[in-house]
Amino acid sequence: MRPTVRFLSDELIDRIVDEAREVLCELGVEIRNKRAVEILASHGARVDEAKGRVYIPGQLIDRALATVPSSFQLFDVHGNLACDYRGYNVHFAPGSAAINILDYETEELRKPTTRDFIAFSKIMCNLKFIQATSTAFIPADVPQKISDSYRLFLSLLYCEKPVVTGAFTKESFWVMKDMQVAVRGDEKELAEKPLTIFSCCPTSPLKWSDTTCENLLDCASYRIPVEFIAMPLSGFMAPVTMVGTLVQHTAETLSGVVIGQLASPGTPMLYGGSPAIFDVRYETTPMGAVETEMIDCAYNEIGKRLSMPTQAYIAFSDSKLLDAQAGLETAMGATLAALSGINSVSGPGMLDFESAQSLEKLVLDNEICGMVLRLVKGISPKEDFPAMPIFHELLHEKHLLISKHTRKYLREEIYFPGITIDRANRSRWKEEGAKQLKKRAHEEVKRLIREYQPTVLATEKVRGIISLMEREAKKNGMDHLPERSE
Amino acid sequence: MHAIELLKQSIIDGDEEKASLYVNEALAAKIDPQRIVNEALIDGMNVVGERFRVHEIFLPEVLLAAKAMYAALAKIKPLFIKEKMPTRGKVVIGSVQGDLHDIGKNLVAIMLEGAGYEIIDLGTDVLPERFVDEAVKQNAQVIGMSALLTTTMPVMGKVMEILKERGLLGKIKVIIGGAPVNDDFCKEIGADAYCYDAANAVETVKRLLNERV
Repeated sequence: MRPTVRFLSDELIDRIVDEAREVLCELGVEIRNKRAVEILASHGARVDEAKGRVYIPGQLIDRALATVPSSFQLFDVHGNLACDYRGYNVHFAPGSAAINILDYETEELRKPTTRDFIAFSKIMCNLKFIQATSTAFIPADVPQKISDSYRLFLSLLYCEKPVVTGAFTKESFWVMKDMQVAVRGDEKELAEKPLTIFSCCPTSPLKWSDTTCENLLDCASYRIPVEFIAMPLSGFMAPVTMVGTLVQHTAETLSGVVIGQLASPGTPMLYGGSPAIFDVRYETTPMGAVETEMIDCAYNEIGKRLSMPTQAYIAFSDSKLLDAQAGLETAMGATLAALSGINSVSGPGMLDFESAQSLEKLVLDNEICGMVLRLVKGISPKEDFPAMPIFHELLHEKHLLISKHTRKYLREEIYFPGITIDRANRSRWKEEGAKQLKKRAHEEVKRLIREYQPTVLATEKVRGIISLMEREAKKNGMDHLPERSE
Repeated sequence: MHAIELLKQSIIDGDEEKASLYVNEALAAKIDPQRIVNEALIDGMNVVGERFRVHEIFLPEVLLAAKAMYAALAKIKPLFIKEKMPTRGKVVIGSVQGDLHDIGKNLVAIMLEGAGYEIIDLGTDVLPERFVDEAVKQNAQVIGMSALLTTTMPVMGKVMEILKERGLLGKIKVIIGGAPVNDDFCKEIGADAYCYDAANAVETVKRLLNERV
């Protein structure tokens, strides 16, 4: 049996959705994008041009929910299935778009570079339990205008996994789409085998910026999957109660579903988010707070009730370093996410309110993901009945270390973590250098980079995406891309 | 592939059946038994040991490999003239007086047996004199003692005293282990080595007996 947790009854979900629909219909959403407003208006939504608000009637929501897919899949650069977002399937992806990296040697935050992103991508290539990669942080050694497409470029070159990403401007969507087309061969193939998910973030409360809307509409026209990342802040830019926050999150997310589905029915979408409580002592948005995690799990239940695959920013920490808080918040979030069946769990590697990535933490988080994925496999009998034979064997042989039953089920039943997790007895631990977690994780980082096997994307595809990126860089005032010497 | 290579691989794979098959082939091909032992059995087990060390394989695979190795060795043994026959040590093992815990002790016994040592398991709650008496009677090279309780640890010291009284100190090696035991305690009572786990016990016995395998 797969273990699950629930926070909301179906009755409560239906009430929350009803209230959110009323908000959309009566209060509307502020939309700063002309194309989106036109699409909504042409389908019968009332527009108040003076206020810049669009009022979305219930029938448009129903129409959008009728065409939004209940599942979709992501494929790696080679076209192999990597993630299947459906039901209670759980896939992890690193937290995306950090502006800093935590330097191992100095323990200081610094701006990431091309070299860091390549290291990150190489590590991601071999982290078994994080099935999609992401454009995890923003290299600062290229002009800001190409920093979004450049992350995707490096990711496609060095890591074969599908990518959770997003564009920072309207213009950069195009090169990011073209690079994907270059990998797949043509637009049709890309639509059939999606390679990326674009994050589209409404602004709380109930607002859509011009850029986000445009990105959403562009993705929809190429069947590129999107994830909605609504970020209501309980007690600040949203009601302090969880239910109130959920009403707002539902309204903001549903408005995105409507815009995208009306523009291009059938566009794959994740019912996602990154809401948080607001810590009124520090004026911060704690992502590792248990209430934040509860809100995530709960809106995932709403997404499931609306027959959509789900996403959340949940498995990470607000700690500044790779310390106990980093571990406990990440593990708690990952555990709850998996038990709730959140389909795409974003977070691994991240620290400090979504602002910093740590390669060492990424490696530790991969172990958390491994354990959590084992957890949700649950408990089921494996040639355990009748029980007598194995106990006869135990009493006769005195142990079961080399029993056929042991050999058959050892690795299936028990997840054995890598060296980051210490399971040696104290004497062995001391003999092997008495290494603390940070050091063990760093050794694993070094090993993964050392043992990285370059992906074998066809040469002309590699050339294609390099020339697209070079052209984009030139257009934005950079004649030569940074060195990629390994 | 050469019979030696095949035999070595079957030991690495822990395949007892194939090990028996290929050792027969190697013998039929008139390969020197000493060479079979060195290049197939010993080298094979060395590969296994290294893989275990880096967590590529786990305890069950090591035990299976050892089992395959001994199946092969059993067929070679009769061909050695008596004085050249490869012999492994004998280990008298037990949980000390007052201690009824035996999981750790059993694991050490299983691993040592897997590595080819002859084990005389005295069980639990073993009197100090009995360790020494049995070791002498059986002509064992090693005594292994286990304790889980701080209250039973001192019995290990008593065994050391008896060995000293009988002039056996250094002649019979003593290894100790168990949760409360550590290196300092080992030095304090003058035992030869503290072993922190079963795999470590095998390495330690090998080292104490100056063996290659």
